[in-house]
Amino acid sequence: MTDTVQRLLSGNEAIARGAWEAGVAVASGYPGTPSTEILENFARMPGVYAEWAPNEKVALDVAIGAAYAGRRALATMKHVGLNVAADAFFYVAMTGMEAGLVIVSADDPSMHSSQNEQDNRRYAKFARIPCLDPADSQEAKDMTAAAFDLSERFDVPVLLRPTTRICHTSTLVELGPDRKRLPEPGKYPRNPAKYVMVPANARKRHPVIEHRLQEMAAYAETFPFNRIEWRDRSLGIITNGVAYQYAREVFPEASVLKLGMSYPLPYGMIREFSDGVEKLIVLEELDPFIEEEVRLMGIPLYTPPGEEDTYRPNRKTIFPIIGELNPRIVREAARKAGLLEGAPAPPENGSHPKGSTAPDSLPIAAPILTPQDLPSRPPVLCPGCPHRSTFYILHKLKRPVNGDIGCYTLGVIPPLSAIHTTGCMGASIGVAHGGAVAGDKERHIAVIGDSTFFHTGIPALLNVAYNNSNVITVIMDNRITGMTGHQDNPGTGRTLQGRETREVDIEALVRACGIETVKTVEAYHVEEIEKTLKTWLKQDGPAVLIVEHACVLLPEERKEYLPLRVEADACNGCGICFRVGCPAIVKSEQVDPKYGRPLAEIDPLLCTGCEICAQVCPRDAILFRDQILEEQRQAHGKGAKQA
Amino acid sequence: MNAMSFLLAGVGGQGTILASNVLMEVGLALGYEAKKAEVHGMSQRGGSVISHVRWGEKVFSPVIAPGDADVLIAFEKLEAVRFIRDLKPGGMALINEYAIVPVTVSSGDQTYPDDEAIRATIAAVTENVHWVEAITIAENLGSAKVTNVVMLGALSRLLEMEPSPWLTVIEARVPQKFVELNRQAFQAGREAV
Repeated sequence: MTDTVQRLLSGNEAIARGAWEAGVAVASGYPGTPSTEILENFARMPGVYAEWAPNEKVALDVAIGAAYAGRRALATMKHVGLNVAADAFFYVAMTGMEAGLVIVSADDPSMHSSQNEQDNRRYAKFARIPCLDPADSQEAKDMTAAAFDLSERFDVPVLLRPTTRICHTSTLVELGPDRKRLPEPGKYPRNPAKYVMVPANARKRHPVIEHRLQEMAAYAETFPFNRIEWRDRSLGIITNGVAYQYAREVFPEASVLKLGMSYPLPYGMIREFSDGVEKLIVLEELDPFIEEEVRLMGIPLYTPPGEEDTYRPNRKTIFPIIGELNPRIVREAARKAGLLEGAPAPPENGSHPKGSTAPDSLPIAAPILTPQDLPSRPPVLCPGCPHRSTFYILHKLKRPVNGDIGCYTLGVIPPLSAIHTTGCMGASIGVAHGGAVAGDKERHIAVIGDSTFFHTGIPALLNVAYNNSNVITVIMDNRITGMTGHQDNPGTGRTLQGRETREVDIEALVRACGIETVKTVEAYHVEEIEKTLKTWLKQDGPAVLIVEHACVLLPEERKEYLPLRVEADACNGCGICFRVGCPAIVKSEQVDPKYGRPLAEIDPLLCTGCEICAQVCPRDAILFRDQILEEQRQAHGKGAKQA
Repeated sequence: MNAMSFLLAGVGGQGTILASNVLMEVGLALGYEAKKAEVHGMSQRGGSVISHVRWGEKVFSPVIAPGDADVLIAFEKLEAVRFIRDLKPGGMALINEYAIVPVTVSSGDQTYPDDEAIRATIAAVTENVHWVEAITIAENLGSAKVTNVVMLGALSRLLEMEPSPWLTVIEARVPQKFVELNRQAFQAGREAV
């Protein structure tokens, strides 16, 4: 027997490892929290090809193309990315492939970093393909490998659906010994009846898909990740994903049917489990997906007294439909439903109940702070962020601004308060165009980042050019995909696996779309941004302003940090610099004697020296980099003479 | 041992995640099952960072339910108050005596709570509170970056544990030239409580 190797892996690292062990040759994806690290880790493994695609639709087409060519392939994205890739998702469910294809959709219950908390198990049912839900990192790895076998066994793409708490939780994983050796792929298929989905062929494929679903439902009865754990039989819990852990934590004695495959469901297993327990409940995060299926099977679920005859389309029977679960939420909901004994716990973030071990004899002089008393610590545009200048000007211009998805969405936060709509990746330009062609009296400005522009902004800009609308588009080019932690994109000149490549010329691309009024400006040049936008607002027709400066957190930019300083004598506390909303500019304890206003002060640990504040200061009280450098030179000179 | 739950709270850039990695590996080195869950959605600097570490013979939930944490390790005072109610009544709080003023205070209208109110709020949950001037200790040793290791040293002492498994894990994680500094920081942390 060989010694097994164990390693602590996050769910994302485990999926990457599982894909590698399964012999995946090609992986493509688009960054998105909480999925990003899957591809980043996979790309570093030996003997694989991995790439960032400009969007999830392209990524999935690439993976499909590789699987058509007989190589195992992986596509990764966050849950909303599957909306972008949905068209590809549905056709490949129809065609099948020559080799295994797994699509990872990392869902984000509680929206830690997302615009919604859609439950993508519904996509699997929609497309009639299997959905696997790992419950920890070991399962994330093992299920990834199992997903490829399943995919090839039934000629079906498989949806692997981890959630944030699986992706970003680290647990011990027993690694597989080696990478699976796969047979040489055959010749590229010439099989239009299967791979060309013209209506005549598609009509023949549809019955195949329905038959396949029936067969997979039968297979689900023996799928090794579906299992019954018999314990006390007074309560039986059907559960999946991370909710399994909460079930075990809160109901250690209960019997559990753990579903590794949440679609299609094993009817016989569920029936057997149901027959073996007194009360049957479903414990799952987000939608009542399994619950609805079980009810459709005609299997009765425990219903709390008084709820028997209610129909509410958006409610689960026992556990909340909104947000991620945790053991406390599960415990409280179970108590409310009469499944657990015990007094209700205090409200979340409330005070502790009497009789706790907390000291109550302590003389408390100061009032107790409630969560509402505490200043918030929201994510903000970083000190030195090159997006700040544009938002400062947009705020001044007071026009409707249609925003997009990225770090720069933080331009919505006061004091910049410069974004009025944000929906999904690439929406800014189309939404601005819609306002313009609808005859809205105000001139619309769309703001979009470089990576988002490549993702889905380009077709929308083509539309603006072709239909000649009065939209001004600002492309905020910080030379990287920033929000998800610095991934390369077509603008960076590097690939995911570190090869040098051509970088796209955004200005040329914009002109090629048919936009004639185009200008690229330095993002830190406040006056030029203002002057350009003001000029264009007086003209008609589409225009594109590219504001360019690399993300200030990139290593090359960090080398240039030079903290600025406020000359207290010159500052009169007018507060204009506070309006740029930089964390490095703080209110000083010094007060202007004439107006009684706090002076501005710069935190040297945070300031990068971007000079946006220095440019907007009407009293020249903030020193520019040159002035700081000159001071340093003089101080050095002096020091040298003294020595 | 039933599951032991550690909640680590700090501000982006304070080394909270590294400390939670060390803590998880110490749990494994002691022969427990260990899980670590963190939220690092938006990658900007300056936001709250929270990490959950659980040890035990058997650990199911990677997430600590609010009010169930055995230990709160706070790298900043305001974050200590923000998460104090996630601690069990009477649980242990280890707090870095240090304030990082959020932008909502520095250039906004909100105010940072005064020390008296902070201490009273914490005292309403637990008397088992240990304040450590970890950043000062770290700076005196030569680098504020080892603040988190000072905190881990203090924690190891408060848990009445031998230093060796902790040092083994820490030394495996830092570059060779910083091993001695980290050893000193760990020891200084042990002496600070």
